[in-house]
Amino acid sequence: MTGSMEQLYQQVILDHSRERHGAGGGGPDAPPASAESFQVNPTCGDEVRLRVHLREGATAPIIDRVTWDGTGCSISQASVSVLTDLVAGADVATVDRVTETFRALMNNRGQPLEDDREEILGDAAAFVGVARYPARIKCALLGWMALRDALAQAVTAPPQAGER
Amino acid sequence: MSIEQREAGRTLTATELAAVRADFPLLTRTVRDGRPLIYLDSAATSQKPECVIDAEQDFYLQRNAAVHRGAHALAEEATEAYEQARSAVAALVGADTDEIVWTKNATEGINLLTYAFSNASLGRGQAAAERYRLGPGDEIVVTEAEHHANLVPWQELCARTGATLRWLGMTDEGRINLDTLDVITDRTRVVAFTHVSNVTGAISPVRDIVAAARAHGALVVLDACQSVPHLPVDLHALDVDFAVFSGHKMLGPTGIGALYGRRELLEALPPFGTGGSMVEVVTMTETTFAAPPQRFEAGTQMVAQTVGLHAAADYLSELGMDAVAAHEAELTAHLLSGIAQVDGVRVLGPTEPRERVGVVAFTVDGVHPHDVGQLLDDAGVAVRVGHHCAQPLHRRLGAPSSARASVGVHTTTAELDTFCDALSRVRDFFMGR
Repeated sequence: MTGSMEQLYQQVILDHSRERHGAGGGGPDAPPASAESFQVNPTCGDEVRLRVHLREGATAPIIDRVTWDGTGCSISQASVSVLTDLVAGADVATVDRVTETFRALMNNRGQPLEDDREEILGDAAAFVGVARYPARIKCALLGWMALRDALAQAVTAPPQAGER
Repeated sequence: MSIEQREAGRTLTATELAAVRADFPLLTRTVRDGRPLIYLDSAATSQKPECVIDAEQDFYLQRNAAVHRGAHALAEEATEAYEQARSAVAALVGADTDEIVWTKNATEGINLLTYAFSNASLGRGQAAAERYRLGPGDEIVVTEAEHHANLVPWQELCARTGATLRWLGMTDEGRINLDTLDVITDRTRVVAFTHVSNVTGAISPVRDIVAAARAHGALVVLDACQSVPHLPVDLHALDVDFAVFSGHKMLGPTGIGALYGRRELLEALPPFGTGGSMVEVVTMTETTFAAPPQRFEAGTQMVAQTVGLHAAADYLSELGMDAVAAHEAELTAHLLSGIAQVDGVRVLGPTEPRERVGVVAFTVDGVHPHDVGQLLDDAGVAVRVGHHCAQPLHRRLGAPSSARASVGVHTTTAELDTFCDALSRVRDFFMGR
């Protein structure tokens, strides 16, 4: 095993791929989500169904929590798990900024971002090595695509009963 | 190689194998920080021997012209090269020259055929096209083992004509379940199935399926993509009506493949693509069509690719398909026994080398195929990961996706040992940390 595998599969990624924060919680008794998105990577069959639960914030809606179900490689699963932790309690504008920063990391050919942008990413900065392997970038982005799609629906959709 | 050396069951000697490897320039390159490349993805696409690359280049350097039009010297030479390629490929697969239609690849071959069925069903073609007319009450039978290329076009044909799609089932071992042959009935008009699965590597019981189809008067279509590069194939002896295969999987260039059809069947088949060079007489209101195979080759053709494929067919013929098959049978046995030594690995398909080729899909307990492939790649080993364009088969075998190692004529047992060694480290890397 070369160092590049340890760089790609950092411990935080392996841990998240096993712990899968936010996974499950979409059963029949679960409170209705503000919006849901299903994304699939047709080249490998990886999929994620991600739900966002919004609540009213002082000035803008806030993401109360994200839950999801999915199957896929350690990169795709860990990425959704990290995302779940990262966006809970954040407002939509902040989440947009985090999402854009993560996309920038994926376009950075394996180089870390500047310190201030790296800070925005928290554990998601561990995915830096993924961008050295173009075929895997889609894996890391799968959950983020679902989040962006769900948020787009939630902020344009009429509020559901008991939720915003 | 002399003829005596190619006697039945004879495999390649170490010297011959070294010579074969020297014919593939790409095999000398390294990947990922200088690792020697171990290419175990021949089922996706084969690497090309230098003679194929040279033949295509030589065509462009010396003989390039459009074929079947023009009377100048180059046009004659190019046309001759194009038609000689057809003869060489026909000879390799046990067909007559005029039974081979050039296509872009096997997928295009199946689409050509299914759209020709469509056109017949719309009333196009001569009276003989009657045998291709489909409608409600007719059935098309495929198998659960099919590559999407031999499934989706038939689904679409059913949707266009009102025919019904049915399929043969699989055994848990990953072979076509002959107990389900009763799906083939008098309503069956076409039976389309793969000669060799691109996932399980299993060789289909062609004789049994053809017999069932014949008993009910159905046409037989064979997907020979994974057999033609690895086994001696005689389409006449197999007694199938149509067959498709891709050049790029049999050491040839991309962009060239073939549809085989029995002569009288091609004669009765209406065209799919229409336009230049597939016609006899064109007026402002109607057109008569050329005889096969030109009837199915509309527009300027991929001539250089046919020349490259000719070189590939010659290369395989010179090695001898018996010797290729015998060498790859040894590799298959070596690969299967090597994988069996690795804990937590499940092979999708037969685990014994009998009636299968060196295409081995597998899953690793607790590790996603993408991650398996990434670690193998880090060791310089190229395998395919995903569902290999066979989602229903994966569903049937209870795995959403898999990793797949597949051998080529240039593969060595030492390479397979390196692969198994890398595979044995996968679970520890992901689950031991």
